[in-house]
Amino acid sequence: MYRVLKREQIVPNIHLLVIETNNIHKNAKAGEFVVVRVDEEGERIPLNLVDWDEKSVSVIFMEVGTSTRKLGALKEGDVIETLAGPLGRPTEMIEDKSIICIGGCYGIGALYPVIRAFKQNRNRVITAVEGRSSFLLYWQKKLQEYSDELYEITRDGTKGYEGHINVFLEEYMKDHKVDLIYCQGCTYLTFFVSQITKSMGVKTIVGLNPIMIDATGMCGVCRVIINGETKFACVDGPEFDGHAVDWPNLLARRHTYHSQEQKSLSFYECERYG
Amino acid sequence: MAEKLKIVPKKTPMPEQPAKERVKNFEEVPFGYSEADAIVEAQRCLQCKKAPCIAGCPVEIDIPGFIKYIAEGDFVASIKKLKEKNVLPAVCGRVCPQETQCEIVCTLAKKWEPVAIGRLERFAADWEAKQGESPIPGSLPSTGKKVAIIGAGPGGLTVAGDLIKLGHGVTIYEALHKPGGVLVYGIPEFRLPKEIVYREVDYLVRSGVNLVLDFVVGKTATIEQLFEEYDAIYIGTGAGLPWFMNIPGENLNGVYSANEYLTRSNLMKAYLFPQYDTPIVRGKYVAVVGGGNVAMDCARTALRLGAAEVHIVYRRTKAEMPARMEEIHHAEEEGIIFDWLTLPIKYTGDERGWIKEMECIRMELGEPDASGRRKPVPIKDSNFISQVDVAVCAIGQSPNPLILQTTPDLKAGKWGNVEADSKTGKTSKKGCWAGGDVVRGGATVILAMGDARFAARSMQEYLETGVW
Repeated sequence: MYRVLKREQIVPNIHLLVIETNNIHKNAKAGEFVVVRVDEEGERIPLNLVDWDEKSVSVIFMEVGTSTRKLGALKEGDVIETLAGPLGRPTEMIEDKSIICIGGCYGIGALYPVIRAFKQNRNRVITAVEGRSSFLLYWQKKLQEYSDELYEITRDGTKGYEGHINVFLEEYMKDHKVDLIYCQGCTYLTFFVSQITKSMGVKTIVGLNPIMIDATGMCGVCRVIINGETKFACVDGPEFDGHAVDWPNLLARRHTYHSQEQKSLSFYECERYG
Repeated sequence: MAEKLKIVPKKTPMPEQPAKERVKNFEEVPFGYSEADAIVEAQRCLQCKKAPCIAGCPVEIDIPGFIKYIAEGDFVASIKKLKEKNVLPAVCGRVCPQETQCEIVCTLAKKWEPVAIGRLERFAADWEAKQGESPIPGSLPSTGKKVAIIGAGPGGLTVAGDLIKLGHGVTIYEALHKPGGVLVYGIPEFRLPKEIVYREVDYLVRSGVNLVLDFVVGKTATIEQLFEEYDAIYIGTGAGLPWFMNIPGENLNGVYSANEYLTRSNLMKAYLFPQYDTPIVRGKYVAVVGGGNVAMDCARTALRLGAAEVHIVYRRTKAEMPARMEEIHHAEEEGIIFDWLTLPIKYTGDERGWIKEMECIRMELGEPDASGRRKPVPIKDSNFISQVDVAVCAIGQSPNPLILQTTPDLKAGKWGNVEADSKTGKTSKKGCWAGGDVVRGGATVILAMGDARFAARSMQEYLETGVW
């Protein structure tokens, strides 16, 4: 059992969750994740580590299905059943390079420890956060601390660049040279960014989020095809070369349980709200 | 002679759920012996002086000893005798391959059916459970030594049971949220109810074993970091890396590894979805590839999840199947269809990425291979296609690499296994032992427990003398 120290909705549907533990911080590195299971009936789901210290770890998640709905209903002092980590391979560190770091949705939070590590390794960090509208962006101040430049992109133009991430990338890349593009967010964002940067010829690392169970390499549900070869995202990733990912396969696998997820959610809501 | 008259040629049958009923539920198939059944069966034992059965048991249970007490109706003494050597009697009574270990060498088996040792072991353990909380054995005074065990599977639990009695401080680190390892994530409820595993683990915890869940050694802490606190470490992390066949279409939706399929259903209780949140695809036409116990478990699970037709697809014949006869028999009874001499070569999907068809080729047996079994050879142009909506790959697994990757001075074997001495379980790293599937690849629960027993002896010697 792990105590919830804080659960806060940062922007609509996106929450910060701080969980008490003194085990995970010792070996935690940027780019790794934890597995949580909220209650006895709950699923095991992977969530990116966004911060950690001697007493706790922080994660950010978006409410989509039953598990995240349950997490979103937690209050300070509640407990969750399972918290295991750190898991996965950390972000491969480079030094003295120029890196664009893109985050969308829960990926904005997931960027935080990664840009911190990039900055500590003397990289030039150009951070770009994107969302449908300005009210869905968050943590700009925190990110600014480790960013040399920070850009906002909104689909409705309420802040920063108007449109999709390509608008920013195309303009920025016109007169800047970067060594790496790093992206955290939903599969559509990482897919889209990889498509754009492929034509630009810039190496792109994406954080993938396939379905997982044990997240220690035991079950193989998180398999992704990288350069034609099957890899397990939990132990070989979750970060991969975005230009090597078999995206249609990943997108299909993400939707394996789409209809069951809907059934599960309506079952949960009926139980909870009658 | 009077002796001869006593012999009852056949085992006392064990009542079980009829096949037609049981395929609709996940409850245990055999009901176990009644007290009367157990006494009758126990009286079949000849109480041989040389007891070949003891030599056949990897954990050296005094088999005639515990059976004698059952024959006399002293069940308390019987379970006490069993627990001297085995911390998991209720588990072993159910899942051990007795027919190739203790029962095969039973003196009765030369002419008649052997004593039903497994059923009697199960009876004694279940009888004790019915009496309420079992008494904890006394331990020796504390030695002040600390031991870490990695993995709460059958091997780790055995080491824990042996070392706690000797007065050492024992902590088990388990990566998953429940203890039991393969007993909990792998073996289905209808073969081994999880309550039984938790009961046996609880017995260890009450004996003083410290159990830490959600702790992934290699990630949460490395072996090296554990040595800051512990004097000796046992690695019993099992064979947690599923194999695939590397054929086209294996990453389509609806294609599972046996590990995933069973973990969803057993550990995560997907068969109770949506009461439990983890889903599983309930296929109508299910193909399970492989011929071991794991394949039988997957096929029988699929049936209970409501499949109309479940096929076991195996490239050799029934004679070469590594599964226990009892498991094959249960699967046949339940209506699983066996496709012998058949090898899948390709899965085809629909436009949404879901498995739709499986292409197989027929095989014939050729010359014997390295394993001594005749090698299956494809028959040219014998390909055929069948409709499937779930396929489960149950062709085996190898050890999980997390610990080897993070422990540079731990020597790896050819198959990604940890190398360990077969008599003592010692690895290449001082203070570090290993056993079970992490050393052997995919083997059995009882072999893991046997390895653990030998390792525990060697660990005790080291903890006492400090000599490696």
